[in-house]
Amino acid sequence: MVMFERRYYKSQSAEDKSWADLWVKIFTATFVIGVATGVTMEFAFGTNWASYSRFVGDIFGAPLAAEGLFAFFLESTFLGVLLFGRNRVSAKFYYVSAWLVWAGSMLSALWIIIANSWMQTPRGFKVVETGNGTMVMIGSKLMNGPKAILTDFFAAALNPSTLPRYTHTVSALLVAGGCVAAAVGAYHLLKGTHKEFAKTSISYGLAVATIFSVMMLVTGHFQAVEVVQQQPVKMAAMEGHWNDGPMPLGFIGFVNTSAKTTTALEIPGGVSFLESFTFTKPYPGLNSFAPADLPPIQATYQTYHLMIVTFALLILGTSWMWWLNHKGKLEENKFLLKVLLWFWLIPQLGIQMGWAAAEIGRQPWIVQGLMRTKDAVSVVVPAYQIALTLAIFFVIYALLFVGWARIVLGLIKKGPQVAASKA
Amino acid sequence: MLLQVIWFVLLGVLFAGYAVLDGFDLGVGTLYPFLGKSEADKAVLRKSIGPVWDGNEVWLLTAGGALFAAFPPVYGTVFSGFYLALMLVLFALIFRAVSLDFRAHDPAWAGVWDWAFFLGSALPALLFGVAVGNIVLGIPLYGPGQLSGEFAGNFFTLLGFTPYGFNPLPLCVGLLGLGMFLLQGASWIALKSVGDLHERASALRSTLAWVFVALVMVATVITEIFAPVAFFNVLGAKLPVVGIVFVALLLVSLVWGRLAANGGKDLHAWYAVSLSAVALTGIWAAAIFPALVPSLKDAKGVAYGPALTIFNASSSQLTLMVMLIIAVIGVPIVLYYMYLIYKTFAGKVNPDGDGY
Repeated sequence: MVMFERRYYKSQSAEDKSWADLWVKIFTATFVIGVATGVTMEFAFGTNWASYSRFVGDIFGAPLAAEGLFAFFLESTFLGVLLFGRNRVSAKFYYVSAWLVWAGSMLSALWIIIANSWMQTPRGFKVVETGNGTMVMIGSKLMNGPKAILTDFFAAALNPSTLPRYTHTVSALLVAGGCVAAAVGAYHLLKGTHKEFAKTSISYGLAVATIFSVMMLVTGHFQAVEVVQQQPVKMAAMEGHWNDGPMPLGFIGFVNTSAKTTTALEIPGGVSFLESFTFTKPYPGLNSFAPADLPPIQATYQTYHLMIVTFALLILGTSWMWWLNHKGKLEENKFLLKVLLWFWLIPQLGIQMGWAAAEIGRQPWIVQGLMRTKDAVSVVVPAYQIALTLAIFFVIYALLFVGWARIVLGLIKKGPQVAASKA
Repeated sequence: MLLQVIWFVLLGVLFAGYAVLDGFDLGVGTLYPFLGKSEADKAVLRKSIGPVWDGNEVWLLTAGGALFAAFPPVYGTVFSGFYLALMLVLFALIFRAVSLDFRAHDPAWAGVWDWAFFLGSALPALLFGVAVGNIVLGIPLYGPGQLSGEFAGNFFTLLGFTPYGFNPLPLCVGLLGLGMFLLQGASWIALKSVGDLHERASALRSTLAWVFVALVMVATVITEIFAPVAFFNVLGAKLPVVGIVFVALLLVSLVWGRLAANGGKDLHAWYAVSLSAVALTGIWAAAIFPALVPSLKDAKGVAYGPALTIFNASSSQLTLMVMLIIAVIGVPIVLYYMYLIYKTFAGKVNPDGDGY
């Protein structure tokens, strides 16, 4: 959206304006879904995870509050300008507003990754007992009303996984956004409508998607190295690594959890090499950890490897199509345009699988090594209320999805409207 | 000690900001089916809050985040204890968040999203007051032991069916809140509209102002009878002067609003009711200080379990200090650009203008 606003800001042509308007509309219709579901997540810490909130609030609440103050206000206020301000503010103010919405999104991602990373690799705190009589297991110790207290803000915020996870997540979402833009372009090229708009969307989309797929090689690598070093159990589960020794780098495979073996297409010692530049560095296997501290291994392994497969498809697919497009050969190739029309599903799948691997692989802990997920729930909320509200959420989210899809697909089908975009 | 008090005040500021800003757009949403006679009227109502409602709602999110960070046990106890009530608010806010944008792009479903906008505004407008009423009254908490500090009631407790019998205060404050939001909404519409819609909104504003005054009086009497501790706290039992100042501000705002409305000064009438919202938030704070969740008391004043106060439920001094630094940097920036945006979109609404 910002790239199209930039284009319009430079040219001030009616056609570029209609293109920018379309991306603003698609963005805002999607953004309100983010607002609606984001409110749910903030409420949920208190409603569904009250014991967790009490335990970590001293550390975890600050990034959430900062996200509201530094990011949500910025995004939502200047989104108002994008929606209502085209004829009220100067072209420059409008263009700057688009960048501020962008900045708000990036800051929002930063603060929420800080919060989530602290759950993966907690730092800068100590655990004290409040003595209120509520006994909770913290690590391997039963404590009386425990809570984590901040001792060093920067150590907590910039914990070992924050930067690797932030860069990894942001590059993933830029790839996803680029693929959506390219898919919209592919749709109109296939239909033979709005040809210039379509070609520009494909060029912008594929350029962003390719650049950040390549970046992902770097960010994904540092993320994986961080997991090997900081969360050895998670990495062992991700690679189905049962016995102590050099860790292989698997491509696809299957874990037999009862026989405790893994059958996979893999490079022996691959992970060892990527982390230490030798193929022989040993890492503890799953058998070396207490069974009670292991995550669901099959699910961690498969989600992680599905993510790897989607990444392989992404980096090959985007760079190849980008090259063909650069040579001017993509728009003639109906088959590839059809592939591009659906290619956005690949990064979406990759993002979902990556998060599943990160969160399932951390189980049974909600805060790694400190608090178990089962100890984190709201004890006063009866199970039937959880089931009931969950069912209602399914219905509401389904309705929102249908409502959103009708609108966004309708906007895409219609394409940019030069005449109508005066309003 | 000082930091806890500062954060109590800052939370008050955030809640007051929310009451002033989201108050009027919740009111507009609730009045939408009643004042939106024609399609053009409806467009004015939607566009009057269109550019700002999302930013207004962020005040709630930030207040929630600040409560979480500064007083985690309060956040955990209230949000899990009020589970079903908060889920209702949440469902409403979800529908409200999408309704305006979706309505603009999907004419075939406009009726569905109109309803979503109305219900998504009306339900929180009522329930926020009910929640405040519960906090003024105090809620039953478990004492020391396995469930220490957890809510010891259920959904109906929140409607006033306490372990000590029915108490009308929560519902009464709910109605007071609804009345205030409606008055804020009508004042905003009068400010932003012209012609017939402006006439009707102004007339409604006058009626609602009398309703609001009546609700303030009823709430005062009911608080004196059913929550005497809170009542005398406002009069200075725990904290001298502060409560009285806010009561005085409330009276000033009511008179100012009446004079402004009679003189046809729509902007001042809206300022006045915004001041009422700030004053009521201040009265609420004075009624509970230094507790954030007072404990429910029986007729003899014996508490049902412990109270969560700013002293026994706060985060560490370091966290409060870090948060204060974040607030000192962030709040002025936010206030500055919010001011810019309100200035940009000031004036009457053009029903054919940009946006939904």
